[in-house]
Amino acid sequence: MTKTMKTDIKLAGVGGQGILSIATVIGEAATKAGLHLKQAEVHGMSQRGGDVQSDLRLSTDPIFSDQIPLGGADLILSMEPMEALRYLPYLGPEGAVVTSSKPFVNIPNYPDEAALLQELGALPKVTQMDIDAVAKELLAPRSANMVLLGMAARHLSILSADDLRTAIRTIFGRKGEKVVEDNLKAFDAGYEGIQ
Amino acid sequence: MTAKKLLLGDEAVALGALHAGLSGVYAYPGTPSTEITEFIQNDLLARERGVRSRWCTNEKTAMEAALGMSYAGKRALVCMKHVGMNVCADAFVNAGVTGVKGGLVVVAADDPSMHSSQNEQDSRFYGKFALVPILEPSDQQECYDMMADAFRLSEEVRLPVLVRLVTRLSHSRAAVEIGEPLPQNALDPDGERTRWVLLPGNAKRQYASLVAKQPDLLARSEASPRNRLTLSGKGLGVIACGIAYNYVRESLPEGVSLLKVSQYPLPEQLVRELAEASGELLVVEDGQPFVEEQVKALLGAGYPVTGRLTGRLPRTGELNPDNVAAAFGLPEGAVHAPAHNLAPRPPQLCQGCGHRDVYAALNQVLADYPTARVFGDIGCYTLGALPPFRAIDTCVDMGASITMAKGAADAGVHPAVAVIGDSTFTHSGMTSLLDAVNDGAAITVILSDNLTTAMTGGQDSAGTHKYEAICLALGVEREHLHVVVPLPKNMAEITRIIREELDYKGVSVIIPQRECMQTLARRQRQKRAAAEGDFSTGSK
Repeated sequence: MTKTMKTDIKLAGVGGQGILSIATVIGEAATKAGLHLKQAEVHGMSQRGGDVQSDLRLSTDPIFSDQIPLGGADLILSMEPMEALRYLPYLGPEGAVVTSSKPFVNIPNYPDEAALLQELGALPKVTQMDIDAVAKELLAPRSANMVLLGMAARHLSILSADDLRTAIRTIFGRKGEKVVEDNLKAFDAGYEGIQ
Repeated sequence: MTAKKLLLGDEAVALGALHAGLSGVYAYPGTPSTEITEFIQNDLLARERGVRSRWCTNEKTAMEAALGMSYAGKRALVCMKHVGMNVCADAFVNAGVTGVKGGLVVVAADDPSMHSSQNEQDSRFYGKFALVPILEPSDQQECYDMMADAFRLSEEVRLPVLVRLVTRLSHSRAAVEIGEPLPQNALDPDGERTRWVLLPGNAKRQYASLVAKQPDLLARSEASPRNRLTLSGKGLGVIACGIAYNYVRESLPEGVSLLKVSQYPLPEQLVRELAEASGELLVVEDGQPFVEEQVKALLGAGYPVTGRLTGRLPRTGELNPDNVAAAFGLPEGAVHAPAHNLAPRPPQLCQGCGHRDVYAALNQVLADYPTARVFGDIGCYTLGALPPFRAIDTCVDMGASITMAKGAADAGVHPAVAVIGDSTFTHSGMTSLLDAVNDGAAITVILSDNLTTAMTGGQDSAGTHKYEAICLALGVEREHLHVVVPLPKNMAEITRIIREELDYKGVSVIIPQRECMQTLARRQRQKRAAAEGDFSTGSK
């Protein structure tokens, strides 16, 4: 028997940014790899431009709680920098933050951006990128979430980058080859971009 | 060979019901229960088998129709969020008295912590109140497996069976092992009129028979493999109900005995065995202290029982791995303090949403009426309570806007305005409007029609294209019924109409009518996808 491997991921963003697609791709890859998985989603009213989050737990052993405990997350994966900070108490001692660096401002009292980015940058393990700009440059503006997933792949020892690429093919396959290629390009840009 | 599928708790319930030989699902959308019915609506097997699955007008019509299908001998499912139980309680409780023919399973999805609700009532009380069995799955696999159990049990004891879910189970995904579908029941209507005609003479006999079934229900709970006692150690004993079992297993210390409860009535003998083997009990249950109260009564004041009532667990809000770990005395897990640069990001009405134009117009007019009160209702437009609109004074239950406005007008409030959505109006507002018309109440009703049930994700709304006809039929006068298109360019017309109707001392209804931005966008996406699909097929 190999020893237990587990990865707990807190996915965060603003309603409509596509965090559930990230969860779907990781979920597909995990299922194919024979891992146990639990993924708590947010539905309903919270999707209307409010903050959204999803707990994604992967393990070689059975998983009990659908929710990640405080201090338990190996990774905070966020489509928005303030939303990454919101879940800081869930981040584990060795945990990493992978986030978009571009604020999404749809509230009047959004914090000072410089102070926010400074607080984020001061964390021990943090990777930021303007994923929207990268996706736009690739002419795949709707694939920013896959840029983020590419960045995250560097931190996911439980799944390989190829596991995730295969999952992207499976999940987006129905939408045609162009969508698959856009998403793979975006994923690779994220993956290579943080070398 | 069994297949494995990644399913939400709600989807596992749906597939479990289909594979148990379901013939019809009856439901009104409500978070966190909506995905059960949606899954069945989109399922291939359901389509092949002709499983009835359209949305119902409200939970009461759903429950009654399901009881009718059960009467006819077939297996029927009713799904709702917890507060829907209040709406269908009349039919639900009396279905316990008549009993059922085909299996009748009622799924109530509770929302502890009120993620999208007005209260955190615990549906298990309804099961006990109606004297029917309750099943409470702990994970997605049990969601699937227990549906076959529930239908079988319902037919064996000839009673409705209540299945209780909570948000975190409804909306969490995991791999589920899938079995083979069972055949559907044949049509076989019940012939026993004395069971079904609840005249007092029959009802007394039926109620006595329901009470007489209770020892059998208890014996089934005691013997159920879903209720599992694991003894280990003589100190703390834990009772973990439904999803609470997962949080307990996440942090269960060594040497603690555990009773997992997933079937009710509460298995009293198992509780006694646990109590005898332990020195004290901790009851861990999501929602209200339903089991804790019963255990206290069962064991008497001398036996130490802790839980939500004693403060060992929080009295309100949902369970999570952290508050359950704290109940075991484990240290808090957080290593990072909350961030400084944070602001709340509440949900808001979509940009371009017609409700925005409605509130903009209403606020503009009401600035001149300082005594006005606006009675709101349940839907996306409840968000009109938040900035920038701050436009409504109340929001209580489905349909309450019209009737509360009427009561306040009766008391002398003027102007009294009701704001209600289209789906909420057909769900529970039509009878309110009839009361208002019959009393000649001085109220202005704004029936904000976005042609869908938007808040739960854009399900069909029962009265689409019928609202004018319904209002006229209920007695609203033609000259005080207006349909407008809520767009900024129509602001002058809309504010003029609102102003005129506020001054009218009778019932007026204004229907701002424009499609929801979300369903509009979805339709356009589907159209585009279909066009691209045609193109790619053509180019091959």
